[in-house]
Formats: sequence, structure tokens, C-alpha cells
Amino acid sequence: MEVMDDRFVSGGFQTSKLDAVLGWARKFSIFQYPFVTACCGMEYMSTACSHYDVDRFGAGLPRFSPRQSDVLFVVGTISHKLAPVLKQIYDQMADPKWVVAFGVCTCTGGFYDNYATVQGIDTLLPVDVYIPGCPPRPENVIDGLIKLQEKIQNQKQEV
Amino acid sequence: MNDLHLTLQAQFPDDVLEVHNHFGDETAVVRREKIQEIAAWIKKNELFDLNVLIDLTAVDGSELKWKPRFEVVYHFYSVRKNHRLRLKVRADEKDSVPTLTGLWPIANWFEREVWDMFGIRFEGHPDLRRILLYPEFTGHPLRKDYPVNKRHPLIGPKN
Amino acid sequence: MTQAAEFKKTRTESMLLNVGPSHPAMHGIVRIITELDGENVLSSDVEIGYLHRAFEKSSEQSGYLQVMPYTDRLNYVSPLINNTGYCLAVEKLFGLDVTERAKYIRVIMCEISRITDHLTCVGASAMELGAFTAFLYMIKARDYLYKIIEDVTGARLTISYMRIGGVKGDLPAGFEGKCREALAETRKVIKECDELLTKNRIFVDRLKDTGVISKEAALGYGITGPFLRSTGVDYDVRRATPYLVYDRFDFEVPVGEHGDNYDRYLCRMDEMEQSIRIIEQALDQIPQGPVLLGTDGKVIPAEDMVDEAKMGRVEGLGFRVADFDPTLAGANKYMYPEGHVNNKRAELPPKEDTYSNIEGLMNHFKMIMDGHGIRPPKGEAYFPVEGANGELGFYIVSDGTGRPYRVRVRPPCFVIVAALPVLINGGSLADIVPTFGSVNMIGGELDR
Repeated sequence: MEVMDDRFVSGGFQTSKLDAVLGWARKFSIFQYPFVTACCGMEYMSTACSHYDVDRFGAGLPRFSPRQSDVLFVVGTISHKLAPVLKQIYDQMADPKWVVAFGVCTCTGGFYDNYATVQGIDTLLPVDVYIPGCPPRPENVIDGLIKLQEKIQNQKQEV
Repeated sequence: MNDLHLTLQAQFPDDVLEVHNHFGDETAVVRREKIQEIAAWIKKNELFDLNVLIDLTAVDGSELKWKPRFEVVYHFYSVRKNHRLRLKVRADEKDSVPTLTGLWPIANWFEREVWDMFGIRFEGHPDLRRILLYPEFTGHPLRKDYPVNKRHPLIGPKN
Repeated sequence: MTQAAEFKKTRTESMLLNVGPSHPAMHGIVRIITELDGENVLSSDVEIGYLHRAFEKSSEQSGYLQVMPYTDRLNYVSPLINNTGYCLAVEKLFGLDVTERAKYIRVIMCEISRITDHLTCVGASAMELGAFTAFLYMIKARDYLYKIIEDVTGARLTISYMRIGGVKGDLPAGFEGKCREALAETRKVIKECDELLTKNRIFVDRLKDTGVISKEAALGYGITGPFLRSTGVDYDVRRATPYLVYDRFDFEVPVGEHGDNYDRYLCRMDEMEQSIRIIEQALDQIPQGPVLLGTDGKVIPAEDMVDEAKMGRVEGLGFRVADFDPTLAGANKYMYPEGHVNNKRAELPPKEDTYSNIEGLMNHFKMIMDGHGIRPPKGEAYFPVEGANGELGFYIVSDGTGRPYRVRVRPPCFVIVAALPVLINGGSLADIVPTFGSVNMIGGELDR
């Protein structure tokens, strides 16, 4: 750490890959679109507020416009009536984009195996991180978020 | 105990088919054609004064071999008198039940829901279309012969 | 409306604007199709059903006890009230009366749930009007209460705590102290938010005289709860037909007069204070004793007494009177499907018994297995409780088998959303936000 600081101070340089730098920058500036539909929204609120403070991970700014966001949080049950809306929102987001399935209903449909519910949003969109739980605890959400950050860091970055 | 169901039977001896007060819920089964008239009467009458339509739903009795098949169930409540009354009418698939939209505006949505879920028509309803499901959905899911996981997805894989 | 008529006269062309289903200024998914003249709403149509999860159909497919998790997810901001309502309806079918301590626990948990609901509602609608601080404060208070709920039930949100015949388990050690502490914190937060919002010029201007509904219209739409009380009708199920032990507490039912958003806000703020008062009185009065039926010193059949002894619960058995059957005890149990119900066929055994001895495990197994579960007598029952949004009623039809024939929930916010066009027509587009916030639309309950 000391060495690195010295080099910066003395106008030196540090080598890295562009991918790693971009990944590092992207993973700490997650602009999320919370697509909140159901119960999980309550835990989403708790995660975002003071007790758990998702801002510590650079994901504190929810954008309610798909065009301004990088990560789509699908929070809560998706019914067949709502599925086209979700798909449209996903299509409106600009690349690069990631999708987080928040809660078991979005992962598999959960215990709503019936005529109204989509059996997992991965039948509609590509999903990057699954956060199971009905609803997941805030700690669980933060764990999922860190997994997403790792994924963003290590992937091939499109510029 | 006010015995509202007995009073109602005395008032409309021909139109009240059956009364009971199981578990303390006073209930009267009335003739389908007369439901509008009786509902208007119990709303106006000083003794009954049932000014709130609390709930309107239906029961499909096909597994219990009911004839006719459906029962439409109305729950009324009086804010001033603090008592309740349940009315029921019986209907078959082909029958249509007179609407209560003119007496209570909320009957509009309740009846739409019953149409959506059971496929019972309401005669004189201004806008009888699906409310919880979407127009592309075929069938009425709360009928006993509707399989619980028969889906009609708008997008994505078909079942 | 006259203003709207005037606008109609001078307009050149009206515009259709679609708000939702996923709109930033709305928590919850609902679609409002508005016809606008400039900024003014001429007419509107509300489309719901985006969170239809087939609660009623799923309930018909599962046993009476398995419905409990589905009820959690109806009004997911106050799940304990849904649990209680469902249990009370089934208990009405059985003719069961739960123990004193269970009643008090239910009251305490219901009121905690009511506070969390109101905190979320007021906080979220304040946030939509730009008061982000109040939202953060209120969610902070809500998390203190979730901590308490978690201590008691083991989960923060979807708790499945109530059982038919009582509650899942007793309150944990040290509950009273923790609960009072959390309530003190909550009270502090409510006071802070009250200072931030109630006399705040911007907040008041946005809420006063918007979303007005008259007493008659509210009754015509079947609206109940804080929404109805804000119009001046003094109707609270806890007061009108007291269930559990609500008649033993001293509390007020706050009533507004104008029926606008501001009165609804005040009603909710007052109700939180009243709920805290109820909990404090309940904590003072709560008796000791069992929380599930069956062991509260009633005369018990001999074979039950043997079971009790097998489980090692021998203290006090000597004082009880055994009720012997001259024939073989219990042999005639199934002959009277409509008679008095044996408690063992109504309630799940406590979790400690299920996990620690064979009697409890067998009892649990018999209750849970398909075709062996609890069977209320034939009939139908409707039981209303005061939910956070208004009268929450469960209408259950039983055909005498282990599965409910029909479960209907009377959703309190369904009727309010049905009245939404009345509230927003004639106002401006921006007024939809505070009005919708005060409706407190909860998708799970609206669409079920």
C-alpha cells in the first residue's frame, strides 16, 4: 500500500487491465431499477434504509427510469399479466445491464405454483444473480449484491 | 341477536327460500330475480338499515352437487345499528344475477371479480369485463373444474 | 366537478396519459389511465390484477393449516393481522375459544403489525412528496419493531405465527422489556416525524383538500378503516364488535372530519399512538398460562392425560379431574362430526413436542398429512377483524373435509382502489401521488 501511494505521489504509474479498471468502477456505481411488486419490496426498503444501508456498496441510488439504470432488481412475484411489462422494461435498459432475481418467486415461482404466476423470471430474461428467500433477509440481499459485484468485476467489459 | 333473517322471511315469505344462523351469522337465501328489490328494501328499512355492502362473492358448489351450481353471497353491515346480514342467491351457469351497481357503487368491482373468477353474469352491469386477469385468459379459475396450474402466458414458454 | 366541467368546455383536446403499472411515484403496481386536460384529470380508469397470485384457488388445494403462509402474503406489511383473522374465522367454525394468554399475545402482535403498516404507509407517501428524511426515520422505527417480531416469531415479515387454537410458541424471555424499549424508540420517531411533517407548509399544502371523499360516497364504496374514519364515521371493528380482548383496553378511535389526505394522515399518526397504548396495557395485563388450547386446566379425557404424562408434563395433573369414558375411551370420537371438537384435532402440537417426543411427532404428523388434517364441521362463517386498511374479513365454507371448500378474503384496500376515480377526478395530476399514497394500496391484498 505504502509503495503504491508513493508512486502515485511521485507521479508514477500503475499497470492494470482496462477491463479490471472498468469493472472496478462499474461495480461500485450500481444504479438500480427496483421493479417492486410484492412482499419482497418491504425487505428491499429495509435494505435500502439506515439499518442495512446498501449505499455502503455503491448501490444507494435507485433510478426509477430503466434508461438510467444498470441493474434490474426484480423484487417480488411476477404474474402472467405483468410479464410483458417486465420484459419491456428490460428491453428499455441500456447495455451493459444485469438482472437480479430477488426472492424465491422470481427465482422459481416459489410456492405459487398456479395459473397466475410466472415460474421464475429466467423463463423471460437472462438472470445474473438469484437471491432466494421468502423474502430474503437484508443480510442475504447484501450477500447477493456482493456476488453481483464480483461478477461485474470479473467479466469481460463491453465499452 | 336481532333475528334479521326471520324478520326478512316474514316480510318476503315467497321470496326467501331458506334461512339459518349457523355460527351466529344470520343468513337468508332469496330468489335470484328479487335480489335487487330485497337489497333496496333492507338498505332503506329503519330496522335493517344495512347501508354498507361489505362483501360480494360466490361459491362454486359443483363438487358438492349443488343444484343450481353457484351461490352468490352478499355480506351487509349497518354502521348505525352495528349488525350484519348475509344474503345468498343461487344461479346456474346460464343464469344471470341482477346487478346491485345502482344501489352500491362498489358492487361494480365486486361483480366484475365474480364474473372474472366464476363466470357468473350480472344483468344490467355497466361494464362487465375481467378485473384481476387479462382478456386473453380463457376460463374462470375459481370454478372447481379449472385445474390449478393451467396457465395462459402472454409471453414466454407455454406451460 | 364543476371546475372539471368548465375545463371541459374550454378545452381543445384532451390527452390520455397512462400512469403505471410500474411508476416511480407509486409503491405497488396498478395502472391508472387518465384523461387529462392540461394538468387536470377529467376522468380515469384503474386497472388492477398485476399481482394476482391465486390465493383463493391455492387455499382450496391445501389443508386448513397450510393456508397460513398464504395469508402472510396478503397484506405483507401487517401479516400478523391476516393470520389472526384467518385463525379466528376457522375457530369460529370449530367453536373454539383460545386461552387468555394466547389472546393477549395475538393482540400485542396485531398492534405491532398495525404500527409497522402505518409507518410504512405514512413514510412512503411522505417520501413520494419529497420528505425523504421522514421515510428513513420511519423505516428505522419499523426495523426496531421487526426485531421484536423476529424475536417472537422467528421471521421478520412472513411469520406464520398464529395457529388454529392459539399461537405457535410463547413469548421469549425478556420480551416485555425489549418490547417497551422498541415502543419508546418508535414513539420518539413518531414524534420527530410529527414535528417534521404535520405543520410543514409544503406537506400540508399537498395534502389538504386533495383526494376528498364524502361520508356517503365512502360508505357506498364499502370503505372502512382509517380511510372511512377520516370522513367522520366512527367505525372500528375493534370497537364495534370487539374480538379477542379488545374490550378490556382503554383506547380512542381517532376520527377526522374532511375526508381529505391530511385527515387520513392525522388519523394514521393518531392510530399508531393508540396502538402503542394498547400494547402497553396488554403488557401490563397479560396473564401467565398456556398459549395453545388443551392444557389450561379444563377437564380432559383420560387418554389425553396419559399423553400429557408421556410427554413429561406431570405437574398439576394430580389436581385435574379425569373424564372417563365407560366404553373404550375415544372410540366414539369420529361419530359426531358436528359435535364438540376434540382439541387435539384442531391444533398443532408445540414445536418442542414435535421435535422431542414421539407423541408430539405423531400428533403433528396426523395433522399435516393429506386427508388427516383438521376438519371443521360443515358450514360457513364470516369473521371480520380490523386490518390496518380497514375491515379484513375471512369467509370460509367448510364441507367437513380436511381442505377448506372456499376461502374468501374481503380485501380492505380493494374497495378503496375501486373508489380511486372518485378521489382523483377533477384534481390535478400531481394530486394523484399523495392520494394514492394515502390509499395505502398493498398489492398482495388488492389482487390476492
